[in-house]
Amino acid sequence: MENIIEYLKEERAQDWRNELRKGMKAKERTSRIRVSMPEEDPDVRNKSRIEVNIGLAAENAVLEAQRCIDCPDPTCITGCPVGINIPKFIKKIEAEDFAGAAVTLKETNALPAVCGRVCPQEKQCELNCFYTVKLKKTPVAIGHLERFAADWERNSGQMAVPKTEKLNNIKVAVIGSGPAGLAAAGDLAKFGYDVTVFEALHEIGGVLKYGIPEFRLPNELVDTEIEIMRQMGIKFKTNFIVGKTASFDDLKKDGFQAFFVGSGAGLPRFMNIPGENYNGIFSSNEYLTRVNLMNAADPEYDTPVISGNSVAVIGGGNTAMDSVRTAKRLGAKDSMIIYRRSEAEMPARIEEVKHAKEEGIIFMNLHSPLEYYADENGRVNRMKVQKMELGTPDSSGRRRPVPIEGSEFMVDVDTVVVSVGVSPNPLIPKALANLKVTDWGTIVVDKDSMQSSIPEVFAGGDIVRGGATVILAMGDGRTAAAGMHKYIQEKIKAN
Amino acid sequence: MSKIIEKEFFSKNVVKLVLEAPEIARSRKPGHFVIIKIGEKGERIPLTIAAANEKEGTITLVVQKVGVTTAKLFELEVGDEISDVVGPLGQATHIEKVGTVLCAGGGVGVAPMLPIVEGLKKAGNRVITILAARTKDLIILEEQMKEHSDEVIIMTDDGSYGRQGLVTAGMEEVINREKVNMAVTIGPAIMMKFAALTTKKYNIETVASLNTIMVDGTGMCGACRVNVGGKTKFVCVDGPEFDAHQVDFDEMLSRLGAYKDQEVAAYQKYLETVEV
Repeated sequence: MENIIEYLKEERAQDWRNELRKGMKAKERTSRIRVSMPEEDPDVRNKSRIEVNIGLAAENAVLEAQRCIDCPDPTCITGCPVGINIPKFIKKIEAEDFAGAAVTLKETNALPAVCGRVCPQEKQCELNCFYTVKLKKTPVAIGHLERFAADWERNSGQMAVPKTEKLNNIKVAVIGSGPAGLAAAGDLAKFGYDVTVFEALHEIGGVLKYGIPEFRLPNELVDTEIEIMRQMGIKFKTNFIVGKTASFDDLKKDGFQAFFVGSGAGLPRFMNIPGENYNGIFSSNEYLTRVNLMNAADPEYDTPVISGNSVAVIGGGNTAMDSVRTAKRLGAKDSMIIYRRSEAEMPARIEEVKHAKEEGIIFMNLHSPLEYYADENGRVNRMKVQKMELGTPDSSGRRRPVPIEGSEFMVDVDTVVVSVGVSPNPLIPKALANLKVTDWGTIVVDKDSMQSSIPEVFAGGDIVRGGATVILAMGDGRTAAAGMHKYIQEKIKAN
Repeated sequence: MSKIIEKEFFSKNVVKLVLEAPEIARSRKPGHFVIIKIGEKGERIPLTIAAANEKEGTITLVVQKVGVTTAKLFELEVGDEISDVVGPLGQATHIEKVGTVLCAGGGVGVAPMLPIVEGLKKAGNRVITILAARTKDLIILEEQMKEHSDEVIIMTDDGSYGRQGLVTAGMEEVINREKVNMAVTIGPAIMMKFAALTTKKYNIETVASLNTIMVDGTGMCGACRVNVGGKTKFVCVDGPEFDAHQVDFDEMLSRLGAYKDQEVAAYQKYLETVEV
């Protein structure tokens, strides 16, 4: 930590940073109003796959970058799970060195174009920004700027490939190609390892591909970031399930010295209420995978999807918002959220809820489903819901939803998407007899190194956390990569 | 990528494909399945592995033409490649010596039953196999089954081969004749439903291998969920084999038809493009 603070100080003391700071008075910087993110018209975007946020124009990005006063003690960084040198990349934007800004981002973040879009900055860097903490003003739009720099670089057609150490020919395996795995793979490659990423599905990207919709994160952009990782020498193997296609022992025999498990959350949870297996009732994982990964809404593709007219999505998280907005885009007349608490307790990002409302999503907060009913073909046609009220706070600190007796009523629906969370995928724990897991099935790791109870196996992301964000998963991946590096180097020294 | 090494038609609508898949060939056990996808625009469908040759690095699938994806699979020739094959998936069959085992297979369900029959026989069981189909042309793998079974009974709906009647008639005959310790059934859901009802009458422990709609095949989507003993189970990770007496086959049949309209329309569209 000492080293990092020293490093940040040295960077800040460079001439170009000093000059920029001198170029504009702090007072002028702080008097500016935060630029706003231009968005597609809600009535246009809710019928297409087009991205909702358009992105900042260069002149606005520079204006916004000027708001950052380049604090001597950049608290924003403490809010970033991957430790991006935030003031440096922002000042690069102010200096109109956009390529340099992108390079700065990639020093610690393998997927800036992704994070600039899907990170909950309002709970991380921007929450810890000087403006938020001290001035009680809207923070510097760090997320929008991150996206700007990454997009600028991609559109320039000249993406920098991060520098890697000389290949050390030590083989390491990364299991799962979602955000945790990609972050780990990126850092391991930088350390010089021979990295192979194993992915169970036919495409690389994990939740970035199957889960997060095009209108929030275009797949093409994920592919571009992955292409850069290929150029760093990282190998990708799709259609390969470690523990099934080959065992850990098989891979060890093939020379793999250490493993990072980022296999994700896996199993969707259902509520176990009557009628939940009727046709037309999906998990959000299935619904989103069909549409995002399998392209089911495009008639050119073979995978079918039911595009309902009256769609109820159960839950209040980001995945619920993604599902309900996807349903709207597939042509639903009524696309509604049914959430058992109130909007204040919703785990979804404020921006996603705002976008959903603009797009005409109906919110039935403080309601919970009790039972589903079906037509003669077994297709759901109605559901019974019950009104809820908020009681005393539960272990999560949020007020507990309490059913209101006698408040039940029927809602006509033809499609239901259940988005009430996921359980860890048991595939890896089942494949490793000595792996220590919690009662919930998440892998137990040492927090500082992400090392599991099996020394050569490290883990991170949802398989450890049970369900978190892209950026926390990436932070885990980076921590694990450092842990693996230390583990391998110590092992080499010992021999 | 998996190259097709061998292609043999069992009948007009049933084909055997041998694929290059060395890793899967090495890891698979009886009861396992794979998910395949053909080309960028293809869908993911589960197919149970009928056989494997570890030395040659191949697996064998037996496929019935039922829709767009299987029809596309039929079009592929030896030397062509299937873009995506992943596995082995699911839990392997639990094989042990129990005494006499009655194996009732219907249609292409006979193919994935072959390694199970083989395994049961090797484990020292007396294996009686019933092969059932609508008509003679659809009876497959008779010779191979004979090789690994103590007895093979053929049943056809139309009486064009073996005995006329449903699989359950053959099962009852065996059960009434001798002590059966366990039964295994693989085939169309409706057949397994009645096979399970038959053995339930006689209190014979029965295993059914279910083939439901799947997307990822690794537990992620829940499309394959079935009701087993009042609990929701995922065929892909909890199965594909379950206690047949606990499976809610009516619900399973209904869920198998979830995309019937789209499937029929897509197949029609496909047939039109092929004819043009």
